[in-house]
Amino acid sequence: MSKRKLRILIAKPGLDGHDRGAKYVARALKDEGYEVIYTGIRQTPESIVRTALQEDVDFVGLSLLSGAHNELFPRIVDLLRENDAADIIVFGGGVIPEEDIPFLKEKGVRAVFTPGTPIQEIVDFIESKRDERNQ
Amino acid sequence: MEEYKKIKEARRKWEEKTVDKVISRFPERKEIFVTGSDIPVDRAYSPESFDEERWLDEVGFPGEYPFTRGVQPTMYRGRFWTMRQYAGFGTAEESNRRYKYLLEQGQTGLSVAFDLPTQIGYDSDDAMSVGEVGKVGVAIDTLKDMEILFEGIPLDKVSTSMTINAPASVLLAMYIVVGEKQGVSRDQLRGTIQNDILKEYIARGTYIFPPEPSMRLITNIFEFCSKEVPKWNTISISGYHIREAGSTAVQEVAFTIADGMEYVKTAVRAGLDVDQFADRLSFFFNAHNDLLEEVAKYRAARRIWATLMKEKFLAKSSKSMMLRFHTQTGGSTLTAQQPDNNIVRVAIQTLAAVLGGTQSLHTNSRDEALALPTEDSVRIALRTQQIVAHESGVANTVDPLAGSYYVEALTSRIYNEAMDYIEKIEEMGGMVKAIEKGYIQKEIQDAAYRYQKDVEKGDRIVVGVNKFTIKEEAPRDLLKVDPALRDLQVKKLARTKAERDNEAVKKALKALEDAAAKPDVNLMPLIIDAVREYASLGEICNILREVYGEYKESIVL
Repeated sequence: MSKRKLRILIAKPGLDGHDRGAKYVARALKDEGYEVIYTGIRQTPESIVRTALQEDVDFVGLSLLSGAHNELFPRIVDLLRENDAADIIVFGGGVIPEEDIPFLKEKGVRAVFTPGTPIQEIVDFIESKRDERNQ
Repeated sequence: MEEYKKIKEARRKWEEKTVDKVISRFPERKEIFVTGSDIPVDRAYSPESFDEERWLDEVGFPGEYPFTRGVQPTMYRGRFWTMRQYAGFGTAEESNRRYKYLLEQGQTGLSVAFDLPTQIGYDSDDAMSVGEVGKVGVAIDTLKDMEILFEGIPLDKVSTSMTINAPASVLLAMYIVVGEKQGVSRDQLRGTIQNDILKEYIARGTYIFPPEPSMRLITNIFEFCSKEVPKWNTISISGYHIREAGSTAVQEVAFTIADGMEYVKTAVRAGLDVDQFADRLSFFFNAHNDLLEEVAKYRAARRIWATLMKEKFLAKSSKSMMLRFHTQTGGSTLTAQQPDNNIVRVAIQTLAAVLGGTQSLHTNSRDEALALPTEDSVRIALRTQQIVAHESGVANTVDPLAGSYYVEALTSRIYNEAMDYIEKIEEMGGMVKAIEKGYIQKEIQDAAYRYQKDVEKGDRIVVGVNKFTIKEEAPRDLLKVDPALRDLQVKKLARTKAERDNEAVKKALKALEDAAAKPDVNLMPLIIDAVREYASLGEICNILREVYGEYKESIVL
């Protein structure tokens, strides 16, 4: 049986325009064979969740470099839950201090990848959740 | 000529006899060596790699056309570059304290960082501002905040650079009115607004309006300042963010100068004489780790701008041909791993900027891959500049690397490759067209992708990231911005709105709205009237949003 193509939304909440990382991850995951959608910059939590639902994605990867992650990442997890989409797996990256990561995980962000992370780590994370998505 | 022949012959012999013998026993580390931007690098350079007959036309002397060697004849022998640390966070009160600290530490100019809502024209109480107020810079809603920001800082004594683009006219208007209140006239104000919208579409992202009205606002500022605020740098045409987005050094030069050409063309089309405004245009470049490539980049950029201003735009004043620039060390070169290593990177980049003849410099702090810098980190960054200035000796002579066969060869190479790009962009119909097509964004992304893949494969070493790694404790003592700040700022805004003359605000905003729809009116005086009445940044930008609409990003992957 061939593996189902997992669908991933790479999204940039908040107002910062640093999209180099988000675009790199989006393109690298595409090269790895995933279906990848990229939102562009300056997206509200509401519009990200809307896109995630419309595109029927398995994962949402959030990228933020302005320091607003503690406010915006949990908001997106909550909105997914409110829309009966708590099964969509949320992960994040960007300039995120180590000390904020436990808080984000507690709020439902499943993994946080900080600067310098090899793309393989993100791929490993996604593959480790494949079964969860196929249920 | 005879001499070159002899050297060529000697070189051939050297390669055949000496080099080949060694290489057959000890191969070099790599098949091909390249610069940080993928320009191939020879084993050794010698006189025949640079045509000395072109010396006078292409290199010449400092302070003279084509300014390859610097815009002033004496450079740092007269005065050091301006040491200008970009700073600002939280409230105007907190930032005001940081500015005073920096001035006490020997900094010679201010550089204001605004938070993202301010940069995109949203007030702190706007729904779009959630989570962002005071995070990456200071929050400014009304003139009130600006008065606090510069409290006790005499505007006739400091020069102030403001990183503000889409709403640049509004922040400049506020600065002018703060000056008025301090008794400082417009012609005494010195400083810079970034005001470079094209690179916002390309790389930085804080755009509001579509290109056409944005270019009109910029031209209005050029015209207004040429008459009213003559010492103000009306734009800082920025390659910095293009490079941060992952461009090569060649692309940084090419796209920045192509942006500059677009501004000049627009202003000339609006009826301005090129020599009326061109001497107030300034530039902003990055400094990355490949020291000699960076030096060559600055030298090439100066020569390209001078050539284009003289030959294409027919500028007569030599001031119009001078590319004056600010430099910031490369944020994207900093690593979150082993952050103290960043001090060394910044020192190399500082040397690059100084050997390249920068007019002012911001040095990044070691902890900026993790958070906003602490006061200790900022001090080390500033000290790095002071050590280069006072101890390294590189500031004692002008353009010390001129005549290095390698640096001259690289300078020519970057000049030629950047000119090819500029020609291509011209053929597309200019920079606005090239951006709308997504061409520029795609070129940068491809370069960024190649670079990152090289790092992933280990073809490029980043010390502490893909080699020489260690197990590390999570860093402590990072600067945290208080999340309660938004409430504070929202309350302050509400108070200002309650205390101001709301009838006068309404009138000023209506006048601005009417003028915005008429293409030949200069909006600057109307914006100044509005901010003087404490109309908020968001109110002013919303009026303009209604008239002009908003820009939509063209996503290229």
